[in-house]
Amino acid sequence: MARFDWLSEYLALLQDEHVLVRRGSARELAPAHLLEIDAEDWGRSAQLAAMQDYRWCGMWGDAVDDHIKVYACLEHQGDYLMLQTVVDLQMPLLPSHSLSFPAADRPERHAQDLLGLVFSDHPDSRRWTRHQAWDEAVYPLRGDFPANRSDSAQPAVTPPDGDYPFRQIKGEGVCEILVGPVHAGIIEPGHFRFNALGEEILSLEQHLGYVHKGIEKAAVGRDAAGLVKLAGRVSGDSTVAHAWAACQAIERALSCQPGRRANQLRGLLCERERVANHLGDIGAICNDVGFAFAIYQCSRLRELWQRRNHELFAHRLLMDRLIPGGVRCDLDTAGIEVLRQDHGELRQEITELFDLLEDQPSLEDRLLGTGYLRPATARALGCTGFVGKASGQPFDLRSAHPYPPYAQLPMPARSREEGDVLARVQIRMQEIHDSLDWMDRLLDTLDEGSVQTELPQPKQEVQGIGFVEGWRGEIISFVRMDERGKVQRFFPRDPSWHSWPALERIVMGNIVPDFPVCNKSVNGSYSGHDL
Amino acid sequence: MYRILRKTLGIGVVTEKAPVQHDKNLEKLGIEVKRIIDKRFHGSLAIREVDAGSCNACELEIHALNNPFHDVERFGIHFVASPRHADLLLVTGPVSRHMQAALLRTWEATPSPKYVIAVGDCACDGGEFGDIYATCGGVDKVLPVDALIPGCPPTPEALLRGLLACFARI
Repeated sequence: MARFDWLSEYLALLQDEHVLVRRGSARELAPAHLLEIDAEDWGRSAQLAAMQDYRWCGMWGDAVDDHIKVYACLEHQGDYLMLQTVVDLQMPLLPSHSLSFPAADRPERHAQDLLGLVFSDHPDSRRWTRHQAWDEAVYPLRGDFPANRSDSAQPAVTPPDGDYPFRQIKGEGVCEILVGPVHAGIIEPGHFRFNALGEEILSLEQHLGYVHKGIEKAAVGRDAAGLVKLAGRVSGDSTVAHAWAACQAIERALSCQPGRRANQLRGLLCERERVANHLGDIGAICNDVGFAFAIYQCSRLRELWQRRNHELFAHRLLMDRLIPGGVRCDLDTAGIEVLRQDHGELRQEITELFDLLEDQPSLEDRLLGTGYLRPATARALGCTGFVGKASGQPFDLRSAHPYPPYAQLPMPARSREEGDVLARVQIRMQEIHDSLDWMDRLLDTLDEGSVQTELPQPKQEVQGIGFVEGWRGEIISFVRMDERGKVQRFFPRDPSWHSWPALERIVMGNIVPDFPVCNKSVNGSYSGHDL
Repeated sequence: MYRILRKTLGIGVVTEKAPVQHDKNLEKLGIEVKRIIDKRFHGSLAIREVDAGSCNACELEIHALNNPFHDVERFGIHFVASPRHADLLLVTGPVSRHMQAALLRTWEATPSPKYVIAVGDCACDGGEFGDIYATCGGVDKVLPVDALIPGCPPTPEALLRGLLACFARI
């Protein structure tokens, strides 16, 4: 199948509906295909995309001078389409995509809070990322908003967002359960509001944004290296994947191609991050239903894995290993041999361990059928990663849209239909096996050469986009830089934007005590979402 | 069941000696702190971890303190779910302004005498997020802080060292 062989059909549909495509470009935001349309056609173009069953992957705005450029990213058959329109800063009015794509709901409200975009027909105009740290009528991502704390008038204590208008369910015996923002474990903060009837969860409503630390604004004015450092802290557990996506965006913007070995090492680090997180979470999921044996074994394996990271790559979580143009670490033959041996040992350990876990009736009793996500819902919400894969959405960038080094060394695409907690665990078990096999093949075919390529200076304003399959799923990173190489806009789209809404659906009808295991089986990033 | 027992016995106890092998000073410090915890906290120091805007890397490493290699419970240190049960708050993140009130309430709910340790570079001084509208720029801007444990993120060993050093001082 040729790339973009569906695009002509979509263009014809747009034409039939009298949607004017002002400009199209296959190169400006490559590998995505850019289509510039009028603001009034914004909603219609999404409707047509939904009819074609495209997946909605994200939206962001970029305030430039007296207007806001708005982007929406869609995916079909592994190819990305980027819709773009322009609205006036004084009248930033736009139809909403959320009527066609429920996944657009929160990203649009985020853009409303940070940029002041107004979505005329959005069914839910409540604030999302904004709590009480800035006024409703000011927008942090606009040029006139002071980035620095010292320049903005702040109260001594920012008031809590106590009057956020939650939806209420009324009825005999229905009770509200409030959880968070400070949770009972060593985890990130967020607020969950349950409506429960006895043990059964009738609904869950999330209120996130507690760890909003202004990452998009903090990126402005940084150079490429500084941006990648920040990107590595969008979500600490995905530091390699986010840094890689930002590197890709910068390198595409500047037409810089890292060497083969640099990309291979990036792939190796990214798979190591995947294995570490999957190991930790499989143990934690079993622990959430009281099976302590699993967490003992899995956290032991994870710790050994992280110690090897420290020994070979000088950081236990692999932070700041990626830099624009390459990587900051290399592997010698001794290191390669150590890794080969590690892979063999871990493979042996998990074969025994996972077989044992899958053979436990008490685990199966709690995980099988719990936290069911319908494939149609996963599709509508645009879930990727193990959440999507466990509910029949096999999309994986590494196979659907392979970038180096996956272009040379394919990774199998996996999916299951069951959609429950057990399926999400099983997908992750499979992914550890796949990653180990892949890393072994990578070590066999590792190219020689430099691991750093010099980054050219831009001659004019440039922009680029990165797509990386992190352990949670698809990460998208948008970067615009000025002619001095300073970042003007950075938007990292973590897959958690899509898995958080899925969690609201997943827990419906489950019992309240199963919420932790449902939550852990999805494991959305608060930090990656709140930005 | 037989397979679980066989695996459990086969792996055995992997917990390491206090807290870094081959470090005599630290072992001595560990014993000293155990003595302080025994005396001042009746053998049990309860910690409440509060994420006030971290990127979650610090949480991963704090979690690692509980893994079988580090197993901090053997020093009498354990993590509790409620600040009302806590002697010490371990606070991570630059304190996002959206978490400021929640952090203060958590601190108020912690019974005196109480201690606060800022964990990670951003908790110490804002770190990578720097001077930005959305954060307070460090835990000490919001709460009285007794000790700092820098690092991005601090390793489990650094966390242990920081904890031990803090209590050796108090």
